Amino acid sequence: MRENAVLEMKGIYKEFPGVKALQNVDFFLNKGEIHALMGENGAGKSTLIKVLTGVYAKDKGDIFLAGHEKAVAIHSPQDAQKLGISTVYQEITLCPNLTVAENMYIGRGDNVLQNWKKMNEDAGKLLTELDIPAKPTQQLGTCSIAVQQMVAIARAVDMDCSVLILDEPTSSLDEQEVAKLFKLMRDLKAKGVGIIFVTHFLDQVYEVCDKITVLRDGQLVGEYEIENLPRVQLVSKMLGKDFDDMSDIKSENKKYEAQGEKDHLYEASGLASVAANPFDFYINKGEVNGFTGLLGSGRSESVRAIFGADRVIGGEVKKNGKTVKIKKPIDAMKNGIAYLPEDRKIDGIVADLSVRENIILALQVLKGFFKPISKAESLKFADEFIKLLEIKTASTETPIGSLSGGNQQKVILARWLLTHPDYLILDEPTRGIDVGTKVEIQKLVLKLASEGTAVTFISSETDEMLRTCSRLVVMRDGHVVGELKDDELTQSKIMSTIAGGEKNEG
Amino acid sequence: MFKKLSDKIKGLSDTNLLLFITIVVFFVMYLCAIIFMGKGFTKPQNFFNILNDKAALIILSCGLSLVMITGSIDISVGGITGLVTMCCAVYLDYKGGNVFVSMLIAIAIGLAFGLFQGYLIAYLDIQPFIVTLAGMFFARGMTTIVHTNPFNVENPAFVALKEARINVPLMGTYNKRGEYVPAYVEIGVIVAILVVIVLFAILKWTRLGRAFYAVGGNKQSALMLGINVKRTKFIAHVICGLLSGIGGYVYFLHVGSGAVTHASGAEMNAIASSIIGGTMLTGGVGNIIGTFFGVLSLSTIQNIVSSAGLDKAWWTGITVAAMLCIFLVVQSVVMSRKKKNSK
Amino acid sequence: MKAKAIFSKIIKNQIMIPLVALLILALFNLIVDPSFFKISMGLNSLGNPVLSGYLITILDCGSELAILAIGMTLVTAASGGQDISVGASIAIAGSVMLRMLCGRNGSRELLVPIFVAFIVALIVAMAFGAFNGVLVASFKIQPMIATLILFTAGRSIAAWINNNELPIVYDESYAVFGGFIPGIPIPTPAFIAVICFIITALVLKFTSLGLFVQSVGINEKSARVNGLNPEAIKILTFVILGACVAVCALIKTSRLMTINYSVIAKDIEMDAILAVALGGNALSGGKFNITASILGAYVIQALTTTLYKFQVPSAALSAYKAIVVILLVVFSSDTVRGWISKNLKFGAKKEVKNV
Repeated sequence: MRENAVLEMKGIYKEFPGVKALQNVDFFLNKGEIHALMGENGAGKSTLIKVLTGVYAKDKGDIFLAGHEKAVAIHSPQDAQKLGISTVYQEITLCPNLTVAENMYIGRGDNVLQNWKKMNEDAGKLLTELDIPAKPTQQLGTCSIAVQQMVAIARAVDMDCSVLILDEPTSSLDEQEVAKLFKLMRDLKAKGVGIIFVTHFLDQVYEVCDKITVLRDGQLVGEYEIENLPRVQLVSKMLGKDFDDMSDIKSENKKYEAQGEKDHLYEASGLASVAANPFDFYINKGEVNGFTGLLGSGRSESVRAIFGADRVIGGEVKKNGKTVKIKKPIDAMKNGIAYLPEDRKIDGIVADLSVRENIILALQVLKGFFKPISKAESLKFADEFIKLLEIKTASTETPIGSLSGGNQQKVILARWLLTHPDYLILDEPTRGIDVGTKVEIQKLVLKLASEGTAVTFISSETDEMLRTCSRLVVMRDGHVVGELKDDELTQSKIMSTIAGGEKNEG
Repeated sequence: MFKKLSDKIKGLSDTNLLLFITIVVFFVMYLCAIIFMGKGFTKPQNFFNILNDKAALIILSCGLSLVMITGSIDISVGGITGLVTMCCAVYLDYKGGNVFVSMLIAIAIGLAFGLFQGYLIAYLDIQPFIVTLAGMFFARGMTTIVHTNPFNVENPAFVALKEARINVPLMGTYNKRGEYVPAYVEIGVIVAILVVIVLFAILKWTRLGRAFYAVGGNKQSALMLGINVKRTKFIAHVICGLLSGIGGYVYFLHVGSGAVTHASGAEMNAIASSIIGGTMLTGGVGNIIGTFFGVLSLSTIQNIVSSAGLDKAWWTGITVAAMLCIFLVVQSVVMSRKKKNSK
Repeated sequence: MKAKAIFSKIIKNQIMIPLVALLILALFNLIVDPSFFKISMGLNSLGNPVLSGYLITILDCGSELAILAIGMTLVTAASGGQDISVGASIAIAGSVMLRMLCGRNGSRELLVPIFVAFIVALIVAMAFGAFNGVLVASFKIQPMIATLILFTAGRSIAAWINNNELPIVYDESYAVFGGFIPGIPIPTPAFIAVICFIITALVLKFTSLGLFVQSVGINEKSARVNGLNPEAIKILTFVILGACVAVCALIKTSRLMTINYSVIAKDIEMDAILAVALGGNALSGGKFNITASILGAYVIQALTTTLYKFQVPSAALSAYKAIVVILLVVFSSDTVRGWISKNLKFGAKKEVKNV
């Protein structure tokens, strides 16, 4: 092993049926180092992590840990824990029916009996130390997602670990919480813990990391010192091509010319659902508008209310100037509204069904129970969209669940495009998707708008919103706090509106 | 005052909330029985009789609850009970066997089922419903293969054990002639209470107990948290099998005979008791004390029905079903409202 | 290479599981006693020519199970659970039918046309199906538990409908449904089953039932966002199962010309669930294949008939069935399959090396 190293993975191979997920990948981690693991979706980051934590068994290769002379065998998450490797996963992997303290301490140690009082005390101390707003005896399921994620981090931190893996831990955290996490990471680094940090946010990588290892298509691209790898180069390494099309794509598209339409395409006043406070909103033909705000500001809830995805409890909605009732998704669909949900796994894909069936689902629902789309016709649709959106799938009959995240998202997009909506709502269409696909989706949005489709676009990444939207609705704490247009569309202006510096506006 | 109470209820964990409902319902029901059905229910012995009758069911339901907490199910408990009863009866009566050995037979049968079913479910990942359904079929079939005609066991040592009564102090009553009639329970009740206490302690205070809840709450998460999910599931099924064996023997001790029809439908009663006791079939939520009260609630209702003069055979079935229905609906409504509140 | 691809496709097909089971059973019978396959023509008590033989028995007695398997597959797919109340529901539907035909005082003549009685029973059975469906879909109770209610109460309700009397139908025309149509030597239940299969095939072809049920079964939330109403679809599957139940009740009561509340269609729910599982359908819901379930039903009937042939007493039947079921699920489980294919692969590799 190298001097100062805590972890070395050498020549790791892992194959799934039909996919070579990892091919001869090496990874080195030093003591007191924050090491970013980067790559597009499907590059093999998660697989590598799961091999290291014993979730998957590797086909070939060796893992060495400091303090062990021979290669270590890791067959289960328990083995990994015992060897001092602790992990925070992207999806929350805690038990919602247990208490916060139990979630922090379960599955650790070998004692048959547990000192519950001491455990709760320890947990309480740790929670206050890390400034996590939860009680040790509280049932975890009653905490917010962000708090649950923080609890997972607290658990990982508390274990005497030499290697800490953070697999996209920040996707559900707001800025303050991210800052808290970073402070924690730096503290641990000072104590000599090696940290593997997986994320999609480039800013965060450059804020805390020391080194970057880039993977692409299951192969190692290289290991770099952070100072020696400017962003543009990092992105091009991840994509495997020179990177030039992230520049201003908005200007490439011509604007849709409104032709004497007086009414807004869609207009809502006082619209409220069980999850969203009453708000007013309108959108015109060919317009791309965005909802922005911090996580939990109510932006997703608002667009869900427009689509009727949550139970609508009040408000008036006009479509093309006519009053319509939208209480359920099917009402919205009948009125030409389409909604790409925020959480692809929960609200989007039907995992075991084929790509073809997933694509025709919404159209089929719209057509009704008694008018099934014939197989030949559905094949035609599927082929058309696989080509159009460049969906990477073995065939039209492949279950969507076996596709990579980005391709799943494209299938869901295809599903809604097939219904030919005149108002398309995209809630975080680019979350967890590689950079290349992101740009494709942004381009597609602008193209649709130029053809007259109204689009509402939500994204956590402000620059993405700035590139695509011509008008932004800003939300804070469940209420609309401002609306930005034209010249106001700058990063700093958005930030100040979100932060509430200029309450008088809007 | 009321608000304080409702706040407190909101703060309860799912398990404790359902337990709370179960216990309240049982006491309300028993009170109603006393008020409307009159004297019979005021006698402590009436309550102890419920225990005597249902000791075996309590044990079976406890095992089942445990399995249900891990998110699995075992519908073979009734079948195993029947098989244990028949095997022990045949061994004692026809072979002139020893009471102690018959107990070992009971435990061995239960363990064998538990080990086998547990292995298939936990390590081969076969759906528990199918495995234990087959287990039930097998046990029922084997029972008839062992012996078909019903008969009473007359082994003296066994009869002595069966007739053993343990008097409960201070609970006796005076009959019409003014003689003191002590209240009593059978040995099975002691076993059942022991089982309840031990299981309660395991679930509440040991790491294994928490692991059961964790596995039932979210299998994937439990794995990531470093719990050996397969082993946990396996242990749950083995315990359930073992308890089916013990429950079978307690049942045998109560009826003292062998018959093919013994313990028919016991699995459904056990499932019903667990549900009424606040165990959720989705896993991760449940409590042994709740299960205990679930059994009591179920049998109280049966007693009320039969003493209300609705003695036609079908009324028992219909009322038990109606009660199960109400309970399930109430549970479902309460849980969904709670979920909404927390959001 | 291509042949290999086709072969692996066939192997992976869901229908293979029940088909292989059927083949093994057939082979077993062929070796032990080929007379199993003998079909003879005889005259029944009414002087009609009828076919008889073990194969005919399977075809005849498997009908109810196959019909139930249709509904059970749909319920399983949509709600990820099973309806364990079908046996009890058959008792209710049968009881309603006899109550309509014979009235309160046990009339010897049919009080209403059989068709009317059947329609009433059909409506009642579908209503009970809807009751189960509402509990499952609207109150979010696990299907097995929700249907436990009717399972517990069903036979009692059936007895209550006829005041615990056992009405006997004297009119011979009623016997047709469970027996033979005069002049046709093939048992009527087989025809009824085929009609049900055809209706199912037509429904699946000309409606979106398949896609919608699978969507709801795999991802309910996603189905809702896509404009479906998961509750309605779940209830619909239970109502369809209710219809299947009514048809079974017609056949069952017609076979006996009377009803026995505690025995009629006993344990049929277990057989129906097994049929679904044997068909390779996940009992946790999602994708389904009705053809495989129907085949599964006949496999179970074939097994039952085989066991009867070897003079296994009916009460002990279940023990043997259980062994077969366990063997089947063990060998179709992913773990065991993976283990076998791995070992076979290694074997193949070694051979290559030796060459």
